[in-house]
Amino acid sequence: MRFVFKTSYDADIGLFKHKQQMAWYLLLFAIVIALPFLLDEFFIGEATNVLIWAIAGMGLMLLTGHTGQASLGHAAFMAAGCYFNVILLERGVPFVLSLPLAGITAGLIGVLITLPVLRLHGVYLAIATLAISILTEDFIVIAEPWTGGVTGLVAPPISIFGLEIDRYGTPWLFYYLVLTVVFAILFMYRNLLRTPTGRAFTAVRDSEISAQAMGINVTRTKALSFGFSAGIAGLAGALLGHFAGAFNHETFNIFLSIQLLLMIVIGGLGSIHGAFFGALVIALLPQFIAISRGWITDLTGFSATNIPGIEAGVFGLIVLLFILFEPTGIYGLWFKIRTYFEMFPFYRKNMFKRQKTYLKTERLK
Amino acid sequence: MSLLSLHNVTLSFGGLVAVNKVSFEVGEGEVFSLVGPNGAGKSTIFNLISRFYTPNEGDIKFEGTSILGMAPDKVPSLGVARTFQNIELFEQATVLQNLLVGRHRHRNTSILSQMLFTPAAHRQELAHRAAVEEVIDFLDLQPYRDKYIAGLPYGVRKVVELARALSTKPRILLLDEPASGLSIEETQDMIFWIEDIKKQMGITVLMVEHDMNLVASVSDHVLALADGKELAMGTPAQVQSHPAVIEAYLGTGEIG
Repeated sequence: MRFVFKTSYDADIGLFKHKQQMAWYLLLFAIVIALPFLLDEFFIGEATNVLIWAIAGMGLMLLTGHTGQASLGHAAFMAAGCYFNVILLERGVPFVLSLPLAGITAGLIGVLITLPVLRLHGVYLAIATLAISILTEDFIVIAEPWTGGVTGLVAPPISIFGLEIDRYGTPWLFYYLVLTVVFAILFMYRNLLRTPTGRAFTAVRDSEISAQAMGINVTRTKALSFGFSAGIAGLAGALLGHFAGAFNHETFNIFLSIQLLLMIVIGGLGSIHGAFFGALVIALLPQFIAISRGWITDLTGFSATNIPGIEAGVFGLIVLLFILFEPTGIYGLWFKIRTYFEMFPFYRKNMFKRQKTYLKTERLK
Repeated sequence: MSLLSLHNVTLSFGGLVAVNKVSFEVGEGEVFSLVGPNGAGKSTIFNLISRFYTPNEGDIKFEGTSILGMAPDKVPSLGVARTFQNIELFEQATVLQNLLVGRHRHRNTSILSQMLFTPAAHRQELAHRAAVEEVIDFLDLQPYRDKYIAGLPYGVRKVVELARALSTKPRILLLDEPASGLSIEETQDMIFWIEDIKKQMGITVLMVEHDMNLVASVSDHVLALADGKELAMGTPAQVQSHPAVIEAYLGTGEIG
């Protein structure tokens, strides 16, 4: 067992709990930096895909995991970021400007659209955001002069100060570009969580009443969280546009929104780790299924290539199993395993058993 | 001058008059208690002061200015902090994080500088930590500093809620049944703490409490309520011996 002796307030404020934890994250950092040298081009692309999902996941995690507001409309904000980025690029705006602008615009759209629905709670908020997601699909088709309608748009190659980045030509450069965005968002996300704004988010999630009694403006906090969340989703959308190359209204359909929400549930709500674990599952699952189809065919002689809908079925099964047996997601599972080894042999089976609380102040108003 | 005053405050929910023309004044630096049977409107008065409810009639003043035009989240900026009868802590956060939320009204850096964690944001965090640590020290919460609320026993949660309210550095503290559900020892601690809050920190306390022992040992003034109406006001001894109060608690003694 490890005891961390804290000798200054910075021990709690710092990004890492102790030296050893920092060493592990440095190792992880080294691995993700070295990844393009270890993998072939196809798997670099897959790794990039994981990171883009992780960005979108972080966006939704901030809103759902940390502020407690469910959203089934995040495909809409990804679409906003994606289209705005490409439209700007086509008008000659350099990529270093168009990407952040796309994020900011998606964030502002998020705030504007959601201000009227912020008074809704729980499942009603989910339904309202679902409507936003559905409307966006139609809006993209209608706004043909800008969005190309049903035919969609093609993302032009990225050029950063003369450096040409192409998803297929130079996949490792595109990987590093996405990685940079991941680290920038991670840095700001972690900082938010250790300062008053982030604490206001979690306060609103756990008890709106007492958040108000502590002087937190609940509506403003929710709108802020929605804005950040939509902005990050917008960045993910813009990168997804470049990753996919071409996109239209179907790229950002309602299933993307649902997948995103389920992804962070699988990953583990309320932790940034969860966004990454969820992204690993959702981005690699199709490849894993494709590979295992080959195995099954080889093993049994029975052709498994023609069974439709396996992906959705397996994904649904995973979600179901997690909700039934491990509601805290992959991160919760990992946390328990880690605690088991850290505390060995003192771990108790019911250590993480949730206490039911029946006492709650009767809802006011 | 009184710090907090209510003038003829009335609040009704449909046909039920929860608070009926209640007036009282809480002076700076005193401990003022509201007592009364269940449903007397004590917690409703707290929710009125917190601006969760708006009275149908009457006025609530803090230092002579009406607070009725204020949003609920602006009231704490006056220096009004409160606890809840049924404990409303942030369950999925540690004790430390809960107390730091209490420092929300003292934040002075922009969101952008928080996002980039500028030196100013860092200094602010250190200052918040120092302030919170004083409260932890005062209420002996050191063993629980990094524990999650979800795993804490009831008695400790009660103290954490008091600590969170104190972290806001309030001028007046509204305690909604601070001793309910506490053991005799914990109630004894609560008595000492309330006295210290009043004497050392100079914070005015407005309290709802059923434990007459606690009320009698710390209160300067007591207001007894029943069915939303004032019954009696005065020192603890005066109120306890007031015939209307005895009647409200014990009945008239007439049979039939």
